[in-house]
Amino acid sequence: MSTVTTTPTAGGTPAEPAPSSGSRRPLRATRQDERYRRGVGRWFVLAAAILVALLMLSPFVIMVLNAFKSPAEYSQDGPLSIPKELYLEGVQNFWTRTNFPQKLWNSVFISALVAVFGTLLSLLSAYAIGVGRIKGRLWIVTLFLVANMLPQEALIYPLFDMAQKVGLSNSQWSIIIIFTVIQAAFGTYLLASVLGTFPPALLEAAQLDGAGRWRILWQVVYPIVKPTLGVLMIFFFIWTWNEFFIPLVMLTTNDTQTIPIALASLQGDRMMDAPTTNAGALVSLIPALIFFLIFQRTLTRGVTAGAVK
Amino acid sequence: MTTRTDTVPEAGPGPAREASRATAAPRRRRRPAWLPYLPYLLPGAVAFVVVIGYPFVMNVYYSLFKWRGGMAPMRWYGLGNYADLMNDSAFWTSFQNSIAMILAMVVAPTLIGLVLAAVLFDYLGRRFGPRVAAFLRATYYLPQILPVAVAGVLWNWILNAQTGALNVILRGIGIENPPNWLGDTTTALPSVMLVLIWVQIGYPVVIFMSALQRVDPELYEAAELDGAGWWRRFRAITIPQIRPETFVVTLTCTVAALKVFGPIYVLTRGGPESSTLVPSYYSYLNFFDKSKVGYGAAVATVLTLVIIVVAVVILALQSRAERREQEGR
Repeated sequence: MSTVTTTPTAGGTPAEPAPSSGSRRPLRATRQDERYRRGVGRWFVLAAAILVALLMLSPFVIMVLNAFKSPAEYSQDGPLSIPKELYLEGVQNFWTRTNFPQKLWNSVFISALVAVFGTLLSLLSAYAIGVGRIKGRLWIVTLFLVANMLPQEALIYPLFDMAQKVGLSNSQWSIIIIFTVIQAAFGTYLLASVLGTFPPALLEAAQLDGAGRWRILWQVVYPIVKPTLGVLMIFFFIWTWNEFFIPLVMLTTNDTQTIPIALASLQGDRMMDAPTTNAGALVSLIPALIFFLIFQRTLTRGVTAGAVK
Repeated sequence: MTTRTDTVPEAGPGPAREASRATAAPRRRRRPAWLPYLPYLLPGAVAFVVVIGYPFVMNVYYSLFKWRGGMAPMRWYGLGNYADLMNDSAFWTSFQNSIAMILAMVVAPTLIGLVLAAVLFDYLGRRFGPRVAAFLRATYYLPQILPVAVAGVLWNWILNAQTGALNVILRGIGIENPPNWLGDTTTALPSVMLVLIWVQIGYPVVIFMSALQRVDPELYEAAELDGAGWWRRFRAITIPQIRPETFVVTLTCTVAALKVFGPIYVLTRGGPESSTLVPSYYSYLNFFDKSKVGYGAAVATVLTLVIIVVAVVILALQSRAERREQEGR
């Protein structure tokens, strides 16, 4: 398990060699670019890469094609034809049958609160572990990491039971509490490694100025790790948004469910024709898509943050 | 690591103690410097115990009983549930299918992702600019941002025997009886695997591309001047340089593959005839469908054990590889 802890310390190093080699680059870049920009082979490679991209996108494309067809047109012309007219009843059907605005609000509410609470909890724990160097921190971090890897099935029945006992069954708060802790388990692991490399000189300076631990946390540590917290928040939001298993079990009525559950539970519905299925899938992915477009850069940074090395 | 551990707690409070709180010094010296930080760990620790620790212990406890759940009486069964599992063919099928999930979520995406990332970064990125590479990368990553239930519903329609896009297309090009992809025992598992590959590919591509940014470009330049072709450079530089990230991808994806639930629930519900059954769905089935809570808890406990063992093995392999590399230098 020692490898887990070597990762964080090494996390600080890649930033250092990068600029030095980067500064040498521009001199050669132009000459090299010219050399690279010759030959026909590159066009074949580009075509192949685009073909892969099209394969990845094709399910989305045929979904969009069919979300706006009438059932009659779908059965007549098949899934590949361009819709002749804009048929909006599929979208309307899905919208009203699932009470979509309610589901959207549920998803936003749950995910946003988990993002905020989860980040806050991660920061507090990571402050104790990374800056405070609590005794046994290696074990604590390992424990958090293991907790994050546990299958949710190994927690669900007791959680389900507990929620009923404290009156939180079918409540969004049960989901919020559970995911705050599960996400914070990962967040603590990640943030503790970041704070483990926090410059001690800054802490000393603050202490000389008479700042207490609480003030140091909010006036020295917090502003510096703010970007990392932002990435964590976005990630917690998306992960919670996409969660399926625990919400499926815990949220039993229509008015509490999230978008993925609403869509999945419509599936068994015999009344669902192909255009409605497609319209439903389209409407359900739009929020995620918008989020993706806004935070594309941050997301890429966040995905790789887990792989700090 | 060790130097840092020494400097922070001692050098940290040290000067402050002498400068401003000279009177408090003797009393403070006896207390370890980390002690005042303990309250900051408290909320996390309490939350962890309530939401993860206690439920997990309770799950193991439940697995020792025959219990129909809720107010029904709990009958002590000892390790009986575990013994029953050993003779349960569905249980074994579910773990066999886990291997298929690992192929679809770890092996295939990692191999494909490795090639895609290398092509994007060190071939297309240089020839057509980083924007082209970034755009293609985003395209590959798109399925990853979808709620897995949405992806499942979409594919469920595409693969539907009667009205699904795939079979409509196949009939259009003259194939009379296209397969019932998700409804046939022989095609259901491969179909699910294809969907999972589609979902997973973007993750290794993004990780590997950022790993490649870390590699010193001079390595490639030197190799190129020595006359090494793209394939040689890929094998001699790219693969060894991004080994740490490969371990991370392998670890996280293997754990995810063992835990997979959403796609199975939405696509096949384990069917037909258990051909796509996975451990997590099997435990869900026992909990909430068959009302065999103790049995479901036993399945979940075994799954947890398997995940921890697999994770420890991967981490051990990683540290061994790291050690070897350091000794090599």
